[in-house]
Amino acid sequence: MSQPVIAARELVKRYGGFAAVDGISFEVAPGESFGLLGPNGAGKSTTMRMVGAVSTRTSGDLSILGLDPDAHGPEIRSQLGVVPQSDNLDTELRVRENLLVYGRYFGLPRRVVAERADELLAFAQLEDKGKAKVESLSGGMKRRLTIARALINDPRVLLLDEPTTGLDPQARHILWDRLFRLKEQGTTLLLTTHYMDEAEQLCDRLVVVDKGAIMAEGTPADLIRRYSSREVLEVRFGSDRNVEVAERLAGIGDRLEVLPDRILVYSDDGEAELVRITDAGLHPITSLVRRSSLEDVFLRLTGRTLIE
Amino acid sequence: MSRGLSTEPRADTARALAAGRKPRRWGAWYVALHRFRVMKSYTGTVVVAGIGNPLIYLYALGVGLATIVDDGLPDAAVGGVSYLVFVAPALLASAAITVASEEFTYPVMLGYKWNPTFTGMSASPLRPTQIVDGVIISVAVRMAVNLVLFFALILVFGAAPSPVAFLMIAAGLLGGLAFGAVLMGYTSTLEEDTGQLAMVMRFVVLPMTLFSGTFFPLSTFPVWLQWIGWISPLWHSTELARVFSYGYEEPIWLTVVHVAYLVVLVVIGWAWARRIAVRRLGR
Repeated sequence: MSQPVIAARELVKRYGGFAAVDGISFEVAPGESFGLLGPNGAGKSTTMRMVGAVSTRTSGDLSILGLDPDAHGPEIRSQLGVVPQSDNLDTELRVRENLLVYGRYFGLPRRVVAERADELLAFAQLEDKGKAKVESLSGGMKRRLTIARALINDPRVLLLDEPTTGLDPQARHILWDRLFRLKEQGTTLLLTTHYMDEAEQLCDRLVVVDKGAIMAEGTPADLIRRYSSREVLEVRFGSDRNVEVAERLAGIGDRLEVLPDRILVYSDDGEAELVRITDAGLHPITSLVRRSSLEDVFLRLTGRTLIE
Repeated sequence: MSRGLSTEPRADTARALAAGRKPRRWGAWYVALHRFRVMKSYTGTVVVAGIGNPLIYLYALGVGLATIVDDGLPDAAVGGVSYLVFVAPALLASAAITVASEEFTYPVMLGYKWNPTFTGMSASPLRPTQIVDGVIISVAVRMAVNLVLFFALILVFGAAPSPVAFLMIAAGLLGGLAFGAVLMGYTSTLEEDTGQLAMVMRFVVLPMTLFSGTFFPLSTFPVWLQWIGWISPLWHSTELARVFSYGYEEPIWLTVVHVAYLVVLVVIGWAWARRIAVRRLGR
């Protein structure tokens, strides 16, 4: 068995009296794609900065590539690629220059950096933007440039903090495609997201994080099986009637979740539940049967939705 | 066959340890190279201002104003030299202060906050202290370029009689870095710029320029105003530059004080800026 690339045990980060990360433990194997799923403020970014050997932990054990970040920050960071939550490209430099200066930070020879910069511009579909100003790029392009920059040192581990937040659907899909290629090449990925579809697409395994602690751990399919039913029936009766109707739905499905705008009925057969509801003389304005997702897992675990 | 997991040296650990070596040694220089590239985008400004400003000041003050000053005052008032010779070292020393107040304010704020390139750097093998070192090194180089240009123009004006006059470049550099390092420390502490930097320009840089024995000797002030000069890095670097430029006579201990004071400021400011960087980037 190969040793974990990242091993965190009882990891804690306090700011004054507030524990942003409150005893998180997890391990990531080489080549694995591991996700931290949770709402904003759950402590995901803080965890990422500790794993990135930037933020020092308050307590707990942390080992990255077998090294302690307190003693070997530069060595660990030399093997990481980091895509921060908000882009911090140098807007005073041009697109290609951003890659050139960043590559030099790793002590790589000028020639190697120049070669990689061109390869990565192609990888990020920015070949014809090399001389452009960073400011002139769209949000999706900036994100791809940030990912290209993170790859300039050919990292063992790529840390992605909310990689697609703020991007339009098309830009997200281009980005997912690029990340998927990296995964296929064996790069270890650690990513945070509050998008369940992103987690399902990219993560082999994930932890659900809330308020600085881990609520559950497993593969996406695993978690869904464990914490949700196979299907979900979503019915809407109008925002003022949902609560009232929900009382009359007792006994239907395995479990009900009443949200302000809709009622979720958890069951292995959504269609059958819908029939039971209409048979009971209730007629939803709209209805929809879908497969369970990580969103449902999160709702089950925390009683809240991911995006509030 | 059976190798204990814990004793087996990990390939990825070894690779990391090897890759950390160069950045640990050269990191500050890599940051300086980055800053040079940014400065290259305003080389034009640096050169034009680097030549234009000395020209204007030397001409306006050293030649223009001097026609009144030299006629109206006994030579002893400015130490027995022409006003141009007297004022030239001070103008050179002020030029270093100007570079410091440009480079250690908004670019530092930019790096921490507005366009957080320092945060980007801190995710690479670079250490926060190296980021500070690199910024200071790059500014020192830019400052030296400006000072060399300035000195060349002083020579053109024939305003530096001493054979060791070139040493005033070092005096200017030391003064500029003394003020600059402290200024960088201060700027690094700002989470937000709500006008503090403009206040520094108005209430620190400007009075310092006027009250540091720049345009007239500090001794012409009443004693209760002279303290501004004593604590001002500009006064110390100006006096030092005068010693080198035309052999301005002062007790040797005072010359030593100038150097020592400026060195102490560099060390304190630099250490302060490093400390803040470690704290701020490692949150």
